[in-house]
Amino acid sequence: MHKDQPLIFEISKPGRIGYSLPELDVPALNVEEVIPADYIRTEEPELPEVSELDIMRHYTALSKRNHGVDSGFYPLGSCTMKYNPKINENVARLSGFAHIHPLQPEETVQGALELMYDLQEHLKEITGMDAVTLQPAAGAHGEWTGLMMIRAYHEANGDYNRTKVIVPDTAHGTNPASATVAGFETITVKSTEEGLVDLDDLRRVVGPDTAALMLTNPNTLGLFEENILEMAKIVHDAGGKLYYDGANLNAVLSKARPGDMGFDVVHLNLHKTFTGPHGGGGPGSGPVGVKAELIPFLPKPVVSKGENGYYLDYDRPQAIGRVKPFYGNFGINVRAYTYIRSMGPDGLKAVSEYAVLNANYMMRRLAEYYDLPYDRHCKHEFVLSGKRQKKLGVRTLDIAKRLLDFGYHPPTIYFPLIVEECMMIEPTETESKETLDAFIEAMIQIAKEAEENPEIVQEAPHTTVVKRLDETTAARKPILRYQK
Amino acid sequence: MLHRYLPMTEEDKQEMLKTIGVQSIDELFSDIPESVRFNRDYNIKKAKSESELMKELTALAEKNMHMKKHPSFLGAGVYDHYIPAIVDHVISRSEFYTAYTPYQPEISQGELQAIFEFQTMICELTGMDVANSSMYDGGTALAEAALLSAGHTKNKKVLVSKAVHPEYRDVLKTYAKGPGLEVVEIPFKNGVTDLEALQAEMDEQVACVIVQYPNFFGQIEPLKEIEPIAHTGKSMFVVASNPLALGILTPPGTFGADIVVGDVQPFGIPAQFGGPHCGYFAVKSALMRKIPGRLVGQTTDEEGRRGFVLTLQAREQHIRRDKATSNICSNQALNALAASVAMTALGKRGVKEMAIMNIQKAHYAKNAFVEHGFDVPFTGPFFNEFVVKLNKSVKEVNKRLLEKGIIGGYDVGRDYPELENHMLVAVTELRTKEEIDTFVKELGDCHA
Ligand SMILES: Cc1ncc(COP(=O)(O)O)c(C=O)c1O
Repeated sequence: MHKDQPLIFEISKPGRIGYSLPELDVPALNVEEVIPADYIRTEEPELPEVSELDIMRHYTALSKRNHGVDSGFYPLGSCTMKYNPKINENVARLSGFAHIHPLQPEETVQGALELMYDLQEHLKEITGMDAVTLQPAAGAHGEWTGLMMIRAYHEANGDYNRTKVIVPDTAHGTNPASATVAGFETITVKSTEEGLVDLDDLRRVVGPDTAALMLTNPNTLGLFEENILEMAKIVHDAGGKLYYDGANLNAVLSKARPGDMGFDVVHLNLHKTFTGPHGGGGPGSGPVGVKAELIPFLPKPVVSKGENGYYLDYDRPQAIGRVKPFYGNFGINVRAYTYIRSMGPDGLKAVSEYAVLNANYMMRRLAEYYDLPYDRHCKHEFVLSGKRQKKLGVRTLDIAKRLLDFGYHPPTIYFPLIVEECMMIEPTETESKETLDAFIEAMIQIAKEAEENPEIVQEAPHTTVVKRLDETTAARKPILRYQK
Repeated sequence: MLHRYLPMTEEDKQEMLKTIGVQSIDELFSDIPESVRFNRDYNIKKAKSESELMKELTALAEKNMHMKKHPSFLGAGVYDHYIPAIVDHVISRSEFYTAYTPYQPEISQGELQAIFEFQTMICELTGMDVANSSMYDGGTALAEAALLSAGHTKNKKVLVSKAVHPEYRDVLKTYAKGPGLEVVEIPFKNGVTDLEALQAEMDEQVACVIVQYPNFFGQIEPLKEIEPIAHTGKSMFVVASNPLALGILTPPGTFGADIVVGDVQPFGIPAQFGGPHCGYFAVKSALMRKIPGRLVGQTTDEEGRRGFVLTLQAREQHIRRDKATSNICSNQALNALAASVAMTALGKRGVKEMAIMNIQKAHYAKNAFVEHGFDVPFTGPFFNEFVVKLNKSVKEVNKRLLEKGIIGGYDVGRDYPELENHMLVAVTELRTKEEIDTFVKELGDCHA
């Protein structure tokens, strides 16, 4: 039986240290002389007291209780859990990138500005947009930044009544949440039985109060919205803007560009499509690209190129303002840039081709065992429904937990919300056929277990360091920190 | 094509196409209408081999002057601190950095426990009850604190001290436009928030009062005096704080802050040209269900073992969509881990020692400036930063310093026209006496 992993606080012992600070080389000064007594803490923070080896063993033990892409297959739909190249990590750690201060004089950071500028240029070409800002820290932050720009655009046209943002019922939760933070009301547009935006419903909800339609393409069902130009026309005719959630760009690299599909604003998730990496939840990077008429509203500052080199342009009277201190998650942008330069135009085209090939292959092989709600070519991901298994008393959650026993991270589950018992599978292009086949075999075995021996699925996982956890109590009686 | 990240062989591909029942990969893209098809190659740089690319990017990095080679006196929210070597070893374990948000707790106990420990350390330093798993950075954390306050109090007026980091205030102003909040800036006096001016702005409409501790000028705001004013009516008290300073300073929680935010960059996170850093967000327990972002909670499994899960998710966008407390999804988890490792390595003793050393070095530098005839206009207690008045532009002075290989301080006049020719000087534990002496000497004739 697996044992509890002690908290770092539980292995702490007074008298041990894990640091090495330089010797004080200036005259010692009594803090009491310069800080008023009320402002000197009387109770010390209860931080751990451990040796360096204690720390390394602790975190090594924790890492062994964690599954990453390097540990095994991670087909988490919508998240593009592809391989994270190691050169990226090396480049980001070069002192000239890692240890530069954002407020250094521009002439001392020309290399950094050049990289940012060139990344912007690459992303412009990849998305088909006219300008790109690298400031947003993640996808959701990019969404909000883009919506604020759309808002500023409408207001600059004296158009103050565009209070609504339309999102499909398949949209990711951040889309409506970002609309709220940007001060809009969210309107939902329905999907058809084919899994695409219902054009009639779109015509019904679009109007003079429409600020924007937010869309992923391919959508979160993994299907390409083939009526995209028609949708763009409906929204544009009503005076609204089209927003592209780039979470799914991996599917269409070098095949179709948001800028050519009629989108006015685009965000990318560099931690997904461009090997960020995901960091256990972040940091990411969510650059935003725009068409020419939205350029004046880009957040400040804009990385630009002038006669004397690269510079940060603050002279932008119509800018929405600042969205983040400094210039974005530069370290992640360095990694994405390294990746793009490692792939080149041919490599990026191969990325979408293999991502789509892999997804279709898995979809076809699994369709026999699980319900396939949308039977057509998918793009980089596809959804299955666990309806059939549910009738046998096995829920999608159970299937996900059973996959853990096979050493896999399960697909995204219960999203999109419109698919019953949904499983959203995204293999990515960096996985081999052997890996896909092994996962498929595991899924087939689980489907069989659901019929023959459902308990083994319902009671899964069996091999993990903890079994299913009591989430209800966790939420009812929250314990959010360690206390002695 | 052959590429080290793409494992499919031609044979694999043919087999897979056959299984799918198509002739070519192209057919799988047939649902993309011709009218939106991209029918050429990207016009971007051709791929480079690993060694060639490494060479090129190393040369690009070398075009930058960096703080490991050149002593830096720049702070203003980003600091050159000691990073224990162990930090990079831990965050380089790819079980951590190639994972995503711990949605499946049974195989994410490592990340979840590390974040639980992070939340605990933030609570300890800030004196607050609950801390989340991270925000993008200190600036957006501050903006979200204002949004939370406005939502909680149903008030729309946000009072922010002008001694709060200018870029944080700019971010706040951008965020305020969404829900239509009014942001009122409170002037400072002798480098700290002007209490009379603050008092004068207080009314029933105030959602929160935001100050920074230590503030942008390095000065220690009198939280004790600010708190009763900030708590007029329903208003909440928000403090942005450098967590390293809290190794020695009385935590904002002790002074009655409702929300404490900031950036843990001083703990184990390199400057990286401004990001990724890592925001923290801590609240009193009354606000627990309103906090933005991910929270990790302790629970047990079916067999009674301790385990950790993402909890109180009913606040979050994937459940509540347009009614969520924030739109944040991906956060800065790996940097929260880096900060945890650094806080662990420093520990109870080291955090205090390092904080004190910052005070000592900064005071040594300040005294040296005073001795050399410089005017140091703000006279209150300070942490590791202070403002010096010069007789010429900071830009010009910094240029001269660069020629000597020194990265000078921040030009305060950029954000405060009334403080033209004033330099904000940061002195961390990494600056040696010799570096400080040289710095002051090089500025020798620049005193006003
Ligand atoms: C479709 C979609 N949109 C938006 C997001 C939000 O991106 P981020 O987590 O980077 O904020 C995600 C990912 O989590 C997503 O899958």
